[in-house]
Amino acid sequence: MTRDDAILDERRAQVLRNGADGPAMACGKTSAAGSVSQRACVFCGSRVVLYPIADAVHLVHGPVGCAVYTWDIRGALSSGPQLHRNSFCTDLQETDVIHGGEKKLTRCLRELVTTYRPNAAFVYSTCIAGIIGDDIGAVCRKATAEYGIPVIPVMSEGFKGTKKDGYRAACEALASLIGTGDTTGISPHSINILGEFNIAGETWIIRDYLTAMGINVVATMTGDGRVPDIRRAHGAKLNLVQCSGSMVHLAKEMESRYGIPFKRVSYFGIEDMSQALYDVAEFFGDAPMLRRAQELVHRELTALLPALRDYRRDLTGRRAAIYVGGAFKAFSLVRALRHLGMQTVVVGSQTGNADDYRQLKELCDPGTIIVDDSNPVELAAFVREKGVDLFIGGVKERPIAYKLGIGFCDHNHERKRALAGFVGMLNFAREVHATVTSPVWNYVPRRRRLQEAV
Amino acid sequence: MNPVTPAIEPRLEATRNACKLCTPLGACLVFRGIRGAMPFLHGSQGCATYIRRYVISHFREPMDIASSNFSEGTAVFGGGENLTRGLDNVIRQYHPELIGIATTCLSETIGEDVPGMLRAYATARAGSPDLPALVHVSTASYRGTHMHGFHDAVRATVAALACQGATLPRQINLLPGLVSPADLRHLREIVAAFGLQAVVLPDYADTLDGPAWDDYQALPDGGTSCSEIATMGQSLATVQFGRALALTAESAADRLQATCAVPACKLGLPIGLRETDALFDCLARLSRQAPPEPFVKERGRLVDAYVDGHKYLAGKRAVLYGEEDLVVGLAAFLTETGIVPVLAASGGKSGVLRQTLTEAAPETASKTQVVDDADFVQIEAAAKALQPDLVIGHSKGAKLARALDIPLVRAGFPIHDRFGGQRLHHLGYRGTQELYDRIVNALLEKTQTESDIGYSYM
Repeated sequence: MTRDDAILDERRAQVLRNGADGPAMACGKTSAAGSVSQRACVFCGSRVVLYPIADAVHLVHGPVGCAVYTWDIRGALSSGPQLHRNSFCTDLQETDVIHGGEKKLTRCLRELVTTYRPNAAFVYSTCIAGIIGDDIGAVCRKATAEYGIPVIPVMSEGFKGTKKDGYRAACEALASLIGTGDTTGISPHSINILGEFNIAGETWIIRDYLTAMGINVVATMTGDGRVPDIRRAHGAKLNLVQCSGSMVHLAKEMESRYGIPFKRVSYFGIEDMSQALYDVAEFFGDAPMLRRAQELVHRELTALLPALRDYRRDLTGRRAAIYVGGAFKAFSLVRALRHLGMQTVVVGSQTGNADDYRQLKELCDPGTIIVDDSNPVELAAFVREKGVDLFIGGVKERPIAYKLGIGFCDHNHERKRALAGFVGMLNFAREVHATVTSPVWNYVPRRRRLQEAV
Repeated sequence: MNPVTPAIEPRLEATRNACKLCTPLGACLVFRGIRGAMPFLHGSQGCATYIRRYVISHFREPMDIASSNFSEGTAVFGGGENLTRGLDNVIRQYHPELIGIATTCLSETIGEDVPGMLRAYATARAGSPDLPALVHVSTASYRGTHMHGFHDAVRATVAALACQGATLPRQINLLPGLVSPADLRHLREIVAAFGLQAVVLPDYADTLDGPAWDDYQALPDGGTSCSEIATMGQSLATVQFGRALALTAESAADRLQATCAVPACKLGLPIGLRETDALFDCLARLSRQAPPEPFVKERGRLVDAYVDGHKYLAGKRAVLYGEEDLVVGLAAFLTETGIVPVLAASGGKSGVLRQTLTEAAPETASKTQVVDDADFVQIEAAAKALQPDLVIGHSKGAKLARALDIPLVRAGFPIHDRFGGQRLHHLGYRGTQELYDRIVNALLEKTQTESDIGYSYM
């Protein structure tokens, strides 16, 4: 298939070649009909953001699919309750669609709240709940009054925008919880961690670093999250926001409502992780804290850098493709790959904005393909054209890489190995090295053909 | 002595950890089993993405599903334009021979006339050399389970493509249901050994378990072609698996019988001796050939294994769950071995689970608790009370097996927590043998692991 064939006409403005003059990335659009977008829907956006809150009931008001495909889907760990790992659903049937689902929702809420005694319940609206016009807000208000816990509607009808709109709906649900708890006793050196989902225990790694610096973490949103912590999150002095797409909305909301400033950070890679810790220390203007941060970074790097050297020797000059959900993660990955001697030649995201893509253009080398809301046919064409040795993505990108004989690094929410923090950088290097240097590629038909051609 | 059989607690109205999937997923699997076909969901983008992810995690193969990507405006004003643009784009990017259009709850609820839209689309593009066959199936997720979507898609495909004609005396239709790619390959081998040619629908043996590629295939090689499906009306007979399917729906086999006078042979899923014998008898009758020697020997080895292993299994209590037809097949097999299926559960609610179990395995009538429309919280509670020795089913029972501290022998779809689910055999004497060995070994492993002695002979 030619490259021309791979890109649909209506998507051409969403594919850039870095260095070439041309218009800015056309992003933030709904996906072209018929394109096999790697994006999911509004509901998905809300569900992934709120999912790790472990002491809440998460009830999907809709058909069984929306609930069952998100059952225990992520590696978001909890140090306590495991309630979030269940899949609760009103499982709407044809009669509910005809007569309305509010009564069924009311009954299901009663059952679940009385069975599990959660600290809150989130009720997710789906396409079907939106179309039949169920007043989920009213049902939730009544339930809140009846059970004395927050029962929060999440307006996440699948068709009402993109995954990003789902993030926003989740942020609004969280905002309704924040400010309802008691903030006495919160230390002046306190922060909230936003946009960290505790995949493979990553929130704990970050929290340990911050604690070592003398920081008190009030609430983590939402990794290993708890409702009582979130309710008093307005008592923190700073919000540290990772995964910008999902949580900046909430950070801005908290800034305007409670005057809490926020900093955008990333915990992936050496520079970004170190910078995050320094940013926090600088914010508090506390010299001993800054010194502790410097000592921590020094200690970690003294152990990490020699370990990375061997990996870098084998990986230098290799080429990588990155396709991830949020563009912010891509920045960190481009930098982390450079540490390993690798060049990023294809990079894209599902939900990046104009500013994200501008930054990516600055960060990446000339000729790098930068793409918004891509699809398998395009991605396959790009990685073939650029001859990559590594693809970084999620479950849906993995078979594209493997079928073409390309190494793969899972940077998704199912991963079982932490990639955040300094230890995460080592894990990342190990994983990249293991896949790129595997002997299996000697036997893959495409790679053999390419080797013979050289 | 068996414990007193406790009654199964009714489940909550809220579904907790469903033991079923949604209808469009089944339809997408069927379309992936047609050569050059592209599954297309008319509705929100998330449906396609979630189903892709779920399917990829089992098969570890690309699974592209297009979507008309409804927006809020589409939901209000209708999806005709999105459908048209979506089909155009799929044709541009994929060059399919067939597009299988399944609806979602969204497009069903707003009352989209998808057949009308497709007729208009085909008329507007009549004469275009790129125009693929368009097959529509109605798959509202609030109606039935993934198996309804699966069987309805098979029926819709046959209804759209199969034509009447002179009988092809050595060709049969084979409608296997949701089985593994390894099972599909084995079934083709069995049929070929009888000197028959099978049109298998769907056949995702290669598309969902293919070799490493030399170049990217937007539509993976393999599957049953549209021209082969067109001849299904001329086959000698249709062999269809699934006892529940046979009783509850107008299936593709019924359709072929009614419209093309192709006789339907409705069998259970061929697991175990009795249900597999029924398949071999059927093929022997249709081909007028005795069962080929290699399979006679496979059967003999299976009986021999039953004997060798019977004391390991005698009286062991098993919990089964999954699609109704799979549960019936497994129960039919297990009761031959001495294992007692103490619980047969399904998220389906065709209403015939008990009846079909009794038909396939009369032993279950007094020994097996049956629950349909079940979810995993209910299954786990029932299982705890029944004190089983093992669990047999797909990956989603891992949590309950862990809670009960008993082995889970993985079978069916999805296998998300182990490697090679697409290559598991379940069917025929060979598939039964593989299952049997895995069951015996799961029990031996538990005994060995839990023993302080460290036995080296088991």
